[in-house]
Amino acid sequence: MAFAAFGSNSIQTDPAPRRKSKVALILLLPGLAYLALFFLTPLVSLVMTSLQAPIEFGDVGQYQTAFRIENYAIVIQAYWPHFLRAFGYALAATFFALVISYPLAYFIGVKARRWPLLQALMLTLVIAPFFISFLLRTLAWKQLMSDDSAIVSALKALTILPADGHLTGTAFSVIFGLTYNFLPFMTLPIYTTLERLDVRYLEAGSDLYASPATTFWRVTLPLSLPGVVSGTLLTFIPASGDYINASASFLGSAQTQMVGNVIESQFISLLNYPQASALSVILMGLILLIVALYVRRSGTEELL
Amino acid sequence: MRLSLGKWLLPLYSALALVFIMIPIVYTFVFSFNASVKSNIVWVGFTLDNWTRVCEAQGVCAAFGTSILVGVVATLIATVLGTMMAIALVRFKFRGRSAMSLLLFLPMATPEVVLGAGLAAQFLSVGVPKGLGTIIIAHALFCLSFVVVTVKARVASLDPALEEAGRDLYGSSAQVFMKITLPLLMPGIIAAALLSFALSFDDFIITRFNNGGVETFPVFVYTAAAKGMPPEANVIASAVFLFALVLVVVTQLSAAARRKRLARQG
Repeated sequence: MAFAAFGSNSIQTDPAPRRKSKVALILLLPGLAYLALFFLTPLVSLVMTSLQAPIEFGDVGQYQTAFRIENYAIVIQAYWPHFLRAFGYALAATFFALVISYPLAYFIGVKARRWPLLQALMLTLVIAPFFISFLLRTLAWKQLMSDDSAIVSALKALTILPADGHLTGTAFSVIFGLTYNFLPFMTLPIYTTLERLDVRYLEAGSDLYASPATTFWRVTLPLSLPGVVSGTLLTFIPASGDYINASASFLGSAQTQMVGNVIESQFISLLNYPQASALSVILMGLILLIVALYVRRSGTEELL
Repeated sequence: MRLSLGKWLLPLYSALALVFIMIPIVYTFVFSFNASVKSNIVWVGFTLDNWTRVCEAQGVCAAFGTSILVGVVATLIATVLGTMMAIALVRFKFRGRSAMSLLLFLPMATPEVVLGAGLAAQFLSVGVPKGLGTIIIAHALFCLSFVVVTVKARVASLDPALEEAGRDLYGSSAQVFMKITLPLLMPGIIAAALLSFALSFDDFIITRFNNGGVETFPVFVYTAAAKGMPPEANVIASAVFLFALVLVVVTQLSAAARRKRLARQG
């Protein structure tokens, strides 16, 4: 199944024999060339562009090769709140996605095993958002949360929301949208680990007089941790770089702009390629740092 | 009492989560029948016209066609290159294999906005005009890693004894590959291709940086979001949704039927 891609199943490889390495080279070379040409070289281009300086008396969008390291200082000074917002929103969305996904994945993967048809139906519903346009489903939430919608009227009637309050264009709606849009990326990996969970371990826990809560904390959760780790990464990474949910034409406003929005507008509308590139380089560096720290930390936790 | 509440809590929670997942999908579907003229925001009345005359809205069908074309070509590139890499990575031992795996993991760990900006910066510095070609290049790139991961799992689960049997029966390497390896890998390859197509079809974030005025379906939706969405966009999205849903259900049912048949035989 395609969703094996989201699982964290470590693939067991039998010790591959050293044979015909020429064949391996032929098989690898086209893909390798593709990645070198369209992944690694662009990263180098990005770093080069981030150091460019404007051409004197040049037009908008005209830059020359330089070593203008202060581009980085400029963008950090101007846009550090956007970085904070991006990581803050992404973290909140990852947390809420986990809270929604874990019980759901547990039910599908463990409780629904007796009914394969129900299991298949529920899984289909989990991946259903993949089949409908990302932009349209985000717009649907925008309409559902718009100022004259039933949801907003009800919240105002219950005085949860002040009379002049809004849902769209707030941090709430952006985090809401991010949570919704990346939910399948959280649910599927957790499901794949829980689906393989041997229920006899849980029975052993209760045989040893462990309460259901203890069994969950000491047996189920540790065994599903690989799924949780890949789920949180698959949610956090795209969420922190997203610029759709926070954009003003979708669920955000000028006050909710994330770093992705700045990169998009600097690159596409303002043609300020060096600043957009410097922001991209910083974003990628920070994400790789976070991923490395997180994977290392969760790895040691697994050993405990 | 507490016990029965505990028993029902998890199914109830799961059901609510699934309802939550379905809300915007149902909304999009319902509003594909809205008799609105320009902006599809307020419910006006029920009509089938949007479905029967879907291509009359300016640009919707052209954008849909472009998305299909991009999806098919990008999927072909990614699936062929990715399958070759997956076979090499599982079946051969060579120096730099772990570096190779890292190189394939990196595009998946890179935010799409960075992938998009990086490619755009490169096309800019080399002076390649943006258009259909650059969209396809970008899409095949982000699909490649997903293909490798998906097909790798399938190659790893393949029993090498089957290929050995083929060689023992004097099959040439080409024959063994075409008659044994490839057919056995097919389910994984098809799954990878479907995943690539879905990823390509729905991508906006990377496309935005590299489309150079060419309108894919998500680009159309993005532009329309600012100036008023025609209900025909909802028709296309709903039709794609229904098609994919039928595909998944048929696959699931045929897999279930096959399992049943095998169980009866065994």
